[in-house]
Amino acid sequence: MALNVGCAARPGKARKNKTGSWRVFRPVFESEQCTKCGMCALVCPEGCVIETEEGEFVPDYEYCKGCGICAEVCPKKGIRMEQEEK
Amino acid sequence: MLQITEGSHAVAEIAKFCRPQVVAAYPITPQTHIVEALADMVANCELDAEYITVESEFSALSACLGASAAGSRVYSATTSQGLALMFEVCFNVAGMRQPIVMSIVNRSLGAPLSIWNDQQDSISLRDSGWLQFYAEDNQEATDLHMIAYKVAEDHDVLLPAFVCFDGFILSHTYEPVDMPSQEEVDAYLPAFTPYHRLDAKDPISMGMYATPDYYMEFRYELERAMQRSIDVIKRAGAEFAEQFGRDYSALVESYRLDDAEIAFIAMGSICGTVKDAIDEMRDAGKKVGLAKIRTYRPFPTEELTRALAGVSTVAVLDKNISLGSGGAVGTEVKAMLAGSGITVLDYIIALGGRDVRKRDIAAIVDLADKGVGDMFYGLRTEVL
Repeated sequence: MALNVGCAARPGKARKNKTGSWRVFRPVFESEQCTKCGMCALVCPEGCVIETEEGEFVPDYEYCKGCGICAEVCPKKGIRMEQEEK
Repeated sequence: MLQITEGSHAVAEIAKFCRPQVVAAYPITPQTHIVEALADMVANCELDAEYITVESEFSALSACLGASAAGSRVYSATTSQGLALMFEVCFNVAGMRQPIVMSIVNRSLGAPLSIWNDQQDSISLRDSGWLQFYAEDNQEATDLHMIAYKVAEDHDVLLPAFVCFDGFILSHTYEPVDMPSQEEVDAYLPAFTPYHRLDAKDPISMGMYATPDYYMEFRYELERAMQRSIDVIKRAGAEFAEQFGRDYSALVESYRLDDAEIAFIAMGSICGTVKDAIDEMRDAGKKVGLAKIRTYRPFPTEELTRALAGVSTVAVLDKNISLGSGGAVGTEVKAMLAGSGITVLDYIIALGGRDVRKRDIAAIVDLADKGVGDMFYGLRTEVL
């Protein structure tokens, strides 16, 4: 996408701002340890841990800023923070 | 029509003919006569513009930025401390790519307080993304305003522009100026076509934030626009020459540089004195010339290098000092000519209104002959 001259932008919702690019550490969800307690989704400050139809919890990397709170609270220690390669 | 007029009034007159729709400025010596005259013109219905009175230069340029973003052609003028107060807004105007034209009536910066001329004010904004034109006389100051609007508003450029001319030396001096008519200016300078504009029915925001993923690319785009402006300036100068007969198609004006051994580099009104001094030295058999820089930003590296081919010594006259390094122009010329074998000597002169006469120019040639430079010229050592 080419840059807009003068950094001009149309109005939009925060959804348009893909904050995933800010991330330094990426949460990696290891589903085999997951008991589907949902704590990760509950504490995510960005609301970007999504429950799938199968009841799995997955992060939305387009918006996840990598704060690591989900990894901290996961009672099974089933979320691993990995450094992003940029 | 040829008329005898004060520099400030000539600039106010041409600003009017450029048909700005919004003027916002705060009076400050030695710019005051320009904005007084424009305020009169608006009050007398000679100029159909919104004149926004403000409480500071920060507000003046902020009002200009908003007006320009809304799609108006905008004019302002300031100097010295006033420009310093605009510092933050200057960077925003350039970053938002608003083609505002502002006259800078060059004056020194405090402290100590000084209302007199040097070029420290505009030079200190060299990295802000504004085009910078410097005028030698009031005719050039007048003409450069038309060219500045034409270049700034070109969609290949979209950068704001300073038209700089020396405080008092030009602004308060009466000179003959060939003032074009409104019709002539209209023929040269078409109405402003904004690239995009604020519109409540189709809203946009400008200068939105950029994360580390994008910021560098926006700065790169600014630099590219600066580089593209070189050709646009040449074209606008050539069109001007065709219509008005005065040629500003070169970013650097060469004066008696053919076969010159010593070349001066200077900007602004001092070039007149240098030219007269050169004529006298040439009569005495001294091979001296001048490369006058008309656009300091973009810096005319290519033209200047070409103009100086063949000289052995370059004497740069800097009416500014980048404290801790040297004169701003001299530093750039040294970088430009590194490895060329040409000796570059820098002279800090005329700070805070110190007079420079023809005999000073001749004395600098004598110093350059001896290889003595990179110094303040004309210091009163008895008070140090």
